[in-house]
Amino acid sequence: MIFLSQHIKVLVKGTIKATAQQPACKECQTSCQSACKTSCTVGNQVCQNR
Amino acid sequence: MHVFRFRGKILTLDPITGTLLEVDELAGEVLKLWPHMTPAGVSEALSLRFSAHDVARAMGEVEELVSLGLLDAIMPPEPTYSAADLCQVKALCLHVAHDCNLRCRYCFAGTGDFGLERGMMDEATGRAAIDFLLRSSGARKHLEVDFFGGEPLLNFDVVRRIVAYAEEHAPKWGKLIRFTLTTNATLLDEVTTQYLNDKQIAVVLSLDGRQAVNDRMRPFAGDAGSYTSVSAAILRFVKSRGGKNYYVRGTYTAHNLDFATDIRHLYDLGLRELSVEPVVGGAGESYQLTRDHLPTLVQEYERLADLYLTKQEEGDPFNLFHFNMATYGGPCFGKRVSGCGAGCDYLAVTPLGELYPCHQFVGQKDFAMGTVFTGVKAPDLAREFSRANLYRKPECMQCFAKFFCSGGCHAHAYHSNGTILKPDALHCELQRKRVECALGISAIRNVQ
Repeated sequence: MIFLSQHIKVLVKGTIKATAQQPACKECQTSCQSACKTSCTVGNQVCQNR
Repeated sequence: MHVFRFRGKILTLDPITGTLLEVDELAGEVLKLWPHMTPAGVSEALSLRFSAHDVARAMGEVEELVSLGLLDAIMPPEPTYSAADLCQVKALCLHVAHDCNLRCRYCFAGTGDFGLERGMMDEATGRAAIDFLLRSSGARKHLEVDFFGGEPLLNFDVVRRIVAYAEEHAPKWGKLIRFTLTTNATLLDEVTTQYLNDKQIAVVLSLDGRQAVNDRMRPFAGDAGSYTSVSAAILRFVKSRGGKNYYVRGTYTAHNLDFATDIRHLYDLGLRELSVEPVVGGAGESYQLTRDHLPTLVQEYERLADLYLTKQEEGDPFNLFHFNMATYGGPCFGKRVSGCGAGCDYLAVTPLGELYPCHQFVGQKDFAMGTVFTGVKAPDLAREFSRANLYRKPECMQCFAKFFCSGGCHAHAYHSNGTILKPDALHCELQRKRVECALGISAIRNVQ
């Protein structure tokens, strides 16, 4: 849901903290096994369970 | 709260929840102060620029977002790690060839040998590596093997034998192994191409962009440039698999600070799955990136973001690995805290079967962790890497990008600062800019 108000527009509803209570299954791709091998980004990996 | 500008918009990232906002000038100022002050304090601090009424309204919106759980100033507690976490290997970087037919001037692998003897992995060692992975992966079902080097296609027959062995044995363990292969594309003939396509192996192809840029840093062993043959081979290969399941990966250095032009060049060749990375190391070399380059590099990432959005608007987009920030379906908190997994989930294997925390530590004896035959025999090192999460890195805990880069590269950190717990400052700056661009792109796409 995106809602508008006078000063703030929500573009992305973050869920990072909400997932802190669940253990990481670590089924998603290891970042260095994708395209980089030298300067990892982890935030662009895709969750295998959603 | 991280407030930043992108293409005329004021955006705010809540680093802890990942919520992304577009705000006006007032809300941006309120959000900068909100975690640290009471509402009255915020109102007083902004009283010279904004009316108390307007500040109160903006504060009300912030508080509404807090009540919805979309903004949060408090980090969750550090996850606890069990013994099982320490030994569940998920991914192997198999160095099937410690040799290469190129002599790339920036090669962190010492032009293929990693400071060790040049040599090839034999089939028995490859099989042992697969056995090690299967028995060490605990409950994890999705496993990964990257064929790496040197140039892995110098040892193509063993690659095929390892894949066949893995395909035979992984189902017995209830595992799925996904293969990737990182290649300089010089040996991609018809037979190799057909095989990689038949097996649906994801391929990372190395090409730095324009001919002069590429050939300066990526010559053959005899010093001739590699661009002409490599670019032709890559185009043939990408066409053969319908433009899917590949990345063309370039490295930029101090010699091509205008690397967005190199991405544009790759795009003009017809390539659409792209990645570009800053060179690592090179102390004292003319290609080394330094802090003096930072203002230019920051502008260049903005130019790259413009190109990305322009091509998207024109209806013929390309994918850039680092801009592909999965803000909705991205990894969970536990993954974002623990980072790349080197030395724990992810290990590199030399041609002789020796284990290292990752490909960038190979050959450094202090980081030897055992072999695929004996298993991990350095429990202290494994524990050190498994606990090297965001909470142990003071610089990261202060950084807005911590849940996107997840603490950065352990090897960069170690090689820059002598510890895996202190990230390389220059690469942090570049990472922060990349994250801002990725989030900005996400914001523009969201509004569209």
